[in-house]
Amino acid sequence: MATDAPPPSKTEPHSPSTEEFVEVQQSAEFGELRRAHRSFAFPLTVGFITWYLLYVLLSNYAGGFMGTKLFGHINVAFVFGIAQFVTTFLIAWWYARYSSANLDPKGEAIKSRMEGGA
Amino acid sequence: MSPVQQSVLAAGEASEHRPLIISLFAVFVVATLVITVWAGRQTKSAADFYAGGRQFSAFQNGLAVSGDYMSAASFLGIAGAIALFGYDGFLYSIGFLVAWLVALLLVAEPLRNSGRYTMGDVLAYRMRQRPVRTAAGTSTIVVSIFYLLAQMAGAGVLVSLLLGITSDAGKVAIVALVGVLMIVYVSIGGMKGTTWVQMVKAVLLISGTILITFLVLLKFNFNISDLLGTAAERSGKGDAFLEPGLQYGATGTSKLDFISLGIALVLGTAGLPHILIRFYTVPTAQAARKSVIWAIGIIGGFYLMTIALGFGAAALIDQKEITDSNPSGNTAAPLLALHIGGVDSAWGAVLLATISAVAFATILAVVAGLTLASSSSFAHDIYANVIRKGKATEKEEMKAVRWATVLIGVVSIALGALARDLNVAGLVALAFAVAASANLPTILYSLFWKRFTTQGALWSIYGGLIVAVGLVLFSPVVSGDPKAMFPDVDFHWFPLKNPGIISIPFGFLMGWLGTVLSKEEPDTGKYAELEVRSLTGTGAH
Repeated sequence: MATDAPPPSKTEPHSPSTEEFVEVQQSAEFGELRRAHRSFAFPLTVGFITWYLLYVLLSNYAGGFMGTKLFGHINVAFVFGIAQFVTTFLIAWWYARYSSANLDPKGEAIKSRMEGGA
Repeated sequence: MSPVQQSVLAAGEASEHRPLIISLFAVFVVATLVITVWAGRQTKSAADFYAGGRQFSAFQNGLAVSGDYMSAASFLGIAGAIALFGYDGFLYSIGFLVAWLVALLLVAEPLRNSGRYTMGDVLAYRMRQRPVRTAAGTSTIVVSIFYLLAQMAGAGVLVSLLLGITSDAGKVAIVALVGVLMIVYVSIGGMKGTTWVQMVKAVLLISGTILITFLVLLKFNFNISDLLGTAAERSGKGDAFLEPGLQYGATGTSKLDFISLGIALVLGTAGLPHILIRFYTVPTAQAARKSVIWAIGIIGGFYLMTIALGFGAAALIDQKEITDSNPSGNTAAPLLALHIGGVDSAWGAVLLATISAVAFATILAVVAGLTLASSSSFAHDIYANVIRKGKATEKEEMKAVRWATVLIGVVSIALGALARDLNVAGLVALAFAVAASANLPTILYSLFWKRFTTQGALWSIYGGLIVAVGLVLFSPVVSGDPKAMFPDVDFHWFPLKNPGIISIPFGFLMGWLGTVLSKEEPDTGKYAELEVRSLTGTGAH
């Protein structure tokens, strides 16, 4: 994603001072990056943990429902369990897509500017 | 194929397979030692030793993360639990897998960007170094030693069973052999050697599991419903075998225990030090992210196959034969390999030997990762930053880490030998509970809460640690239960086997309380550094 970044130089990258970090932290650009990460990761974390706990609670207290046969010997509990696998794979894939489109370019831009010392 | 009555893996009767099993063990040991020596030659700097030079690719690290994570508890334990308790065994694997999303979304990338070698690097980043490093080192070593002990004792039981060794001296010798090998892997090969051992192990484990899964499914014409139906019927428990509740559904307390375990599993992974330090082995945060995604794919695929292994064992082997071989079902997977190949056939013997060797490789790779995590933390957090106050040279630190490896290895051998007849399987769940109670709250607060202070960090690490360990000490895991570590005494008053439901909220609460009650102002400049660095990678090592 480093299309705009200068080619890596042989010299050590600039190590930004604390003041520079504070300045960047308070910039609108960084605020945007932070918001983009948190507004995705935090609700999704609450979501998948709730979904997982629902599964744990149903396994514990809704034996009748979970034991309902859907076809052959496949019951609701089995499908629910497999669904946890599927949602885990989907969330991982979704985050990979989201972060490379929305987080990486913003992060790279800030990093190359700070380490370039400009 | 003729029906089989005898218990094939009962002690002593496995002797006919012994030469083959030993040969395969030996091949794996020699191959990994060669890798270790080769990796040791390339290990020169501290970054080489602690982080494998940070040059592994995302896929390589994803494999190694999987190799580090899929312990004997997941391979043998889950297959065995499904074989005996049906659906309830499957519940474990879901917690173990979903947990990776916490690591993916919140922990892996910021950790990679802001730390160098250990979990303590991130926890202490904006805090007073010495107290927080001491706390982080303590909790790293406690978590790793509990986990290590469970693996060592498991190795003793498993290998003795597979080789038909029944004498005490034989079991101690096996624990000592595992301990010596892990000392050699880690002290010579460092992170580079350990990573390669874990990658080889992951490939072996996945290949072995694919093979057995394929053979099981072939037997049922790839009809999963048929497989489940046969397993339910043969288990003698009928439809209940396919529903939740056989293991945990008995009483209100056991149900609560299951919730507690579930929370500990899902929140523990992202606080396990031996997993966290793996993210330092790749060059960037993006590579750390991709390695978690690979790991989720590999580990998820593996757990899906354990369903076939567990229900396959239940469908093809008598329950009595499984429990006769090991009361907790830990040998169900090797037994299944033998049965699927044919009990009296050479093919059955080859499969049994292969799966046994894979299980042995699994244990060795995991203990190496745990030893590396604890000796790194000892040398980098406690020796270099606390005792020497950051003034130790790289050479001195490297010397310290090798000595720490030997020390931790020797301590684990001693404890593992002493604990060989105790039921220490519960220690893995305990390690997850401690990681979720002491480490995860501190990691999350450090990364995402501006006001978090040194006092908050100390209260949450020590608070979570002490409550988790304390509750287990007075739980049925340690005393007052026929399956306890000390079944003959009873000083338990805490009813649950897993402390997570109390200790995890307590860890979070203490971090918050310690912060709001502290007199010191948080270091806003340092937080700016940590926050910008963790999200952008600016100044990352």
